[in-house]
Amino acid sequence: MSQRIPVTELTPDFRGRAEEALADGQLRENFRVAMDSLMTKRANAFPDADEREGLRELGNRIKAGALSRLPDLLEQLEQKLTENGIKVHWAETIEEANNLVHDIIEARKGSQVVKGKSMVSEEMEMNDYLAERGIECLESDMGEYIVQLDNEKPSHIIMPAIHKNARQVSKLFHDKLGEPETEDVNQLIQIGRRTLRRKFMEADVGVSGVNFAVAETGTLLLVENEGNGRMSTTAPPVHIAVTGIEKVVPNLRDVVPLVSLLTRSALGQPITTYVNLISGPRKPDELDGPEEVHLVLLDNGRTGAFADAQMRQTLNCIRCGACMNHCPVYTRVGGHTYGEVYPGPIGKIITPHMAGLDKVPDHPSASSLCGACGEVCPVKIPIPELLQRLRQENVKDPEQPQQVKGGGAKYSRTERWIWRGWQMLNTRPALYRSFLWAATRFRALAPKKAGPWTENHSAPVPARRSLHDLAARHLDQNGGRPS
Amino acid sequence: MSQLFYDAAPNATRVSPEREADRHYPEKSEAVTLFGTCVVDLFFPEAGLDAIRLLEREGVRVHFPQEQSCCGQPAWTSGYRDEAKAVARKQLDILDRSGLPVVVPSGSCAGMFRHHYPALFADEPDTLKRVEALAERTFELTEFLLKVCKVQLADRGAPSRIALHTSCSARREMNTHLHARELLQQLEGVERVDHDHESECCGFGGTFSVRMPEVSGAMVKDKTRSLMDSGAVEMVTADGGCLMNINGSLEKQKQNFRGRHLASFLWERINGASAGEVA
Repeated sequence: MSQRIPVTELTPDFRGRAEEALADGQLRENFRVAMDSLMTKRANAFPDADEREGLRELGNRIKAGALSRLPDLLEQLEQKLTENGIKVHWAETIEEANNLVHDIIEARKGSQVVKGKSMVSEEMEMNDYLAERGIECLESDMGEYIVQLDNEKPSHIIMPAIHKNARQVSKLFHDKLGEPETEDVNQLIQIGRRTLRRKFMEADVGVSGVNFAVAETGTLLLVENEGNGRMSTTAPPVHIAVTGIEKVVPNLRDVVPLVSLLTRSALGQPITTYVNLISGPRKPDELDGPEEVHLVLLDNGRTGAFADAQMRQTLNCIRCGACMNHCPVYTRVGGHTYGEVYPGPIGKIITPHMAGLDKVPDHPSASSLCGACGEVCPVKIPIPELLQRLRQENVKDPEQPQQVKGGGAKYSRTERWIWRGWQMLNTRPALYRSFLWAATRFRALAPKKAGPWTENHSAPVPARRSLHDLAARHLDQNGGRPS
Repeated sequence: MSQLFYDAAPNATRVSPEREADRHYPEKSEAVTLFGTCVVDLFFPEAGLDAIRLLEREGVRVHFPQEQSCCGQPAWTSGYRDEAKAVARKQLDILDRSGLPVVVPSGSCAGMFRHHYPALFADEPDTLKRVEALAERTFELTEFLLKVCKVQLADRGAPSRIALHTSCSARREMNTHLHARELLQQLEGVERVDHDHESECCGFGGTFSVRMPEVSGAMVKDKTRSLMDSGAVEMVTADGGCLMNINGSLEKQKQNFRGRHLASFLWERINGASAGEVA
């Protein structure tokens, strides 16, 4: 049994969904097994720690450098793409982006769209937008196809259907497509493939994402393993690429280390099966390729993150998913618990800029700050540091101007006073020592229930003497006490 | 597609790639300040005392300023910057009085001094200089014993199998996750066994354990299970927070298995008995 997330409505109830997910043994096993495998694959893909660290440093510098001149690069990108015959469209909001895509399809009187895997199109909820306007938008990535068939959202940015095992997919194909049940993965893939092949030939428009947009040459780079990306971008007469403004890099040379970081971090692959470099529509002397190519560049809150020097690092992300693969929280609760397009650690730091922190007020707290995400991030986004920053923004006085959209959602006068009290205790040595004295002398009176702590632990009982006491006595005896 | 990954080998024990600490270590000093940490102070004071004894055994005089309290981490990780900063400033003043190297029997509090104090005081150039000097002279207990004191431990205990839990801060902030291993290797009668998902967080995370008890509880349950399944008779760790979390969960589960602070374990092994008990 898997969780169903309403496609249009977000609820801020992270804890409720987490509780549900934690109780789902099958879901937890699916994630644990899959994440273990992905962690092992990544580790094996970087056998040389020095090489890995050097590459991460380079990846960070390329992305940070690109972001530092983002407006110029975007201008250059538009110019070069236009020269190459690719039409560039700008969208500040997802509504604008959806409108643009819809207009392009309308102009061709299209009714069928086939889509390669694209997280930005998920961000736009493009499938629903087009469906409401009578346009069928079919996912062609196998994982995306599965979640679309089951009316779900992806639970992972690279492996959308990772929350399901073969038996669950088999049942889905049986229920929805009338196929005989089989747990043979190859047979399942063949079932999906039969449906999709036909659709590639019938589609009026192909939609894809973009991994890197190269400013100097006006090239859109797309990596994938199933060939569906190539089919979606070449078979239909129109190709619409959608991407975020942060995907631009200066030149093709920059792409080499970034692709290596991306594929090794994501799936432990030296390179993906397909690397598509899209540099324009079909030329008069060419036999195939789309007649029209469009790029929709989406902001959707990214400029908000860009404006904050610390938060800007969020935009380094190359969407490899390594942070969620290594996250002990994500592994246990799964992607749907986050109730958002981007789950896991990267989702926690990027969603506030898109939806507003008040839409996801529990997300910054849903981390032990263990640092596993930051350790593996290929472009060295200091995710734990940014989560800590979001916790600060979360508890700010909502009456004050906010630095992050929707800040102050967790403001609590009571909690503020508790921390003031804690501060007083820890800045007044006499008070602190009195507290130690009382807590150790009256340890028998320690409460048997201590809020949520005793849900998982025995009640904490202070020691008979504090270290302050023991150390003073010991150092007195040894004559080592500081003067 | 998810199914493709089910045949892959299970990740039995993932340990972060071993890195040699790139930190430069000074000559052993005559004296140090012990920063006890609030968790050790109240719940594991014997571990603090054993840390003092281990340091004294190396000929290092230990100062324990009675004015010290908490490093400020709980407020900092909860987003209460001003409150954390006030507490941090107080500790900085106290620790600056002697200017001695600071030894901390907990990776996360040492990490707070070394990595988060500079972030807290980034807007105060003068204080930042003092904070950076503090970061430079802060050592986690295991690294001070191993790298600065170059300790040699002679084991006098009976043969034993133990599991080692390394805190995330020791692993990722202090880069000291291999130091405890090296110390344990010096003990002839001690066999350290790996446990499943050894490098994974125990689920404590300070206030995370009470803000997200569902998730935190699932994490510590998995951690205690893998520790008990490892074949070890007990667990040792150099971090008070993890110890409180893991032992509290084991007790709640009514298990006999327990963890101990590394300082107490080492002191007992080299003396043949625990001397950390209150007289």
